[in-house]
Amino acid sequence: MIPAIGLFVGVVLGLLLHPSVPLWLQPYLPIAVIAALDAVFGGVRAVLDGIFVDKVFVVSFLSNVLVAAFIVFLGDQLGVGSQLSTGVVVVLGIRIFSNVAAIRRHLFKA
Amino acid sequence: MAVRRPRRRPGSKAGVVTREPEEPREVTWRRLRRMFGARATRANVLATVLTLALGFAIATQIQQNQEGGLATLRQDELVRVLDDVTQRSSRLDAQVRELEVQRNALQSGADRAKAATEQAQERLDSLAILAGTVKATGPGIRVTIADSSGAVRASALLDVLQELRDAGAEVVQFGTVRIVAGSYFTDAGTSITADGQSLSRPYVILAIGDPQTLASAMNIPGGIVDSMKRLGASASVDQLSTVTIDALHTPKTPRYAQPVPEPTVAPTGG
Repeated sequence: MIPAIGLFVGVVLGLLLHPSVPLWLQPYLPIAVIAALDAVFGGVRAVLDGIFVDKVFVVSFLSNVLVAAFIVFLGDQLGVGSQLSTGVVVVLGIRIFSNVAAIRRHLFKA
Repeated sequence: MAVRRPRRRPGSKAGVVTREPEEPREVTWRRLRRMFGARATRANVLATVLTLALGFAIATQIQQNQEGGLATLRQDELVRVLDDVTQRSSRLDAQVRELEVQRNALQSGADRAKAATEQAQERLDSLAILAGTVKATGPGIRVTIADSSGAVRASALLDVLQELRDAGAEVVQFGTVRIVAGSYFTDAGTSITADGQSLSRPYVILAIGDPQTLASAMNIPGGIVDSMKRLGASASVDQLSTVTIDALHTPKTPRYAQPVPEPTVAPTGG
């Protein structure tokens, strides 16, 4: 529950402070956000499965973000940044969908 | 990624928690409720920090995206935009150069036209003075010939005019008649006419030119003043700093004479 409140507070803070994204972070932030969302949905699903572990959530969150950012970085260096970003977004989107589907089955048995 | 790992529960046996496919619905909700109960472990706090950062990042990214502009474009897109802008700028540069050339041409044309107008105005002024169609003013002399006996004839006045012209008179007026290139004097009984208008006595002659030169031309021995005296008339000369000649001559359009067209290209010697 506390992490959920944290998410909400973070959104409010971002809206209020209106920070500008530093230039070096701009290619990575959207992908990192998607990766983190995947971790969050995975965590929620783990909670419903009854196998949630805080530490696992933290580690998976961080590794998700870092790997996603690294893939984008590598893609930019190789000259296929936009294509690789699309690929990462597709993969993470599929994972998010499957996680949401599992959550839905847990909550509504449907 | 949320790796689901076997979870060790306190109070329960170590081991893999196997999920029955048909868990009762209440179990799920109970688990959710339990998660809502705050457990301020270090990992939970860390997770809270992470989700807080995630929320912050989401809000930031959304705002950044809504601001739009070039900041969200990728490198190749930026390169394309830059290419477009560069092409556009070079096109506009070329246009600027073209317009500058045009402007310079127009400016020099205007200058030339202005110079031509000034020249034409000067020419018009001098020609108008020569033709007697404008009033003229300047230094000069006034010659007054008192001829009570009527001894002065047209030829004598013509001598006066010749003498004045010889001395460099630019504009001459006899009585109320402006003297031009085609002016003439005739005897009409006892009076004299100039250009068909009779002159009243005494004859007053105004001339613009160097006053000293004109006066000395009148006064030299054997000159106009002397010859008038011989005729029985008297002539007096006044040097004036300003002579205003206000009589005008109406030029007639020549009936017979035609200007010879000037050759536009000077003939070469061979």
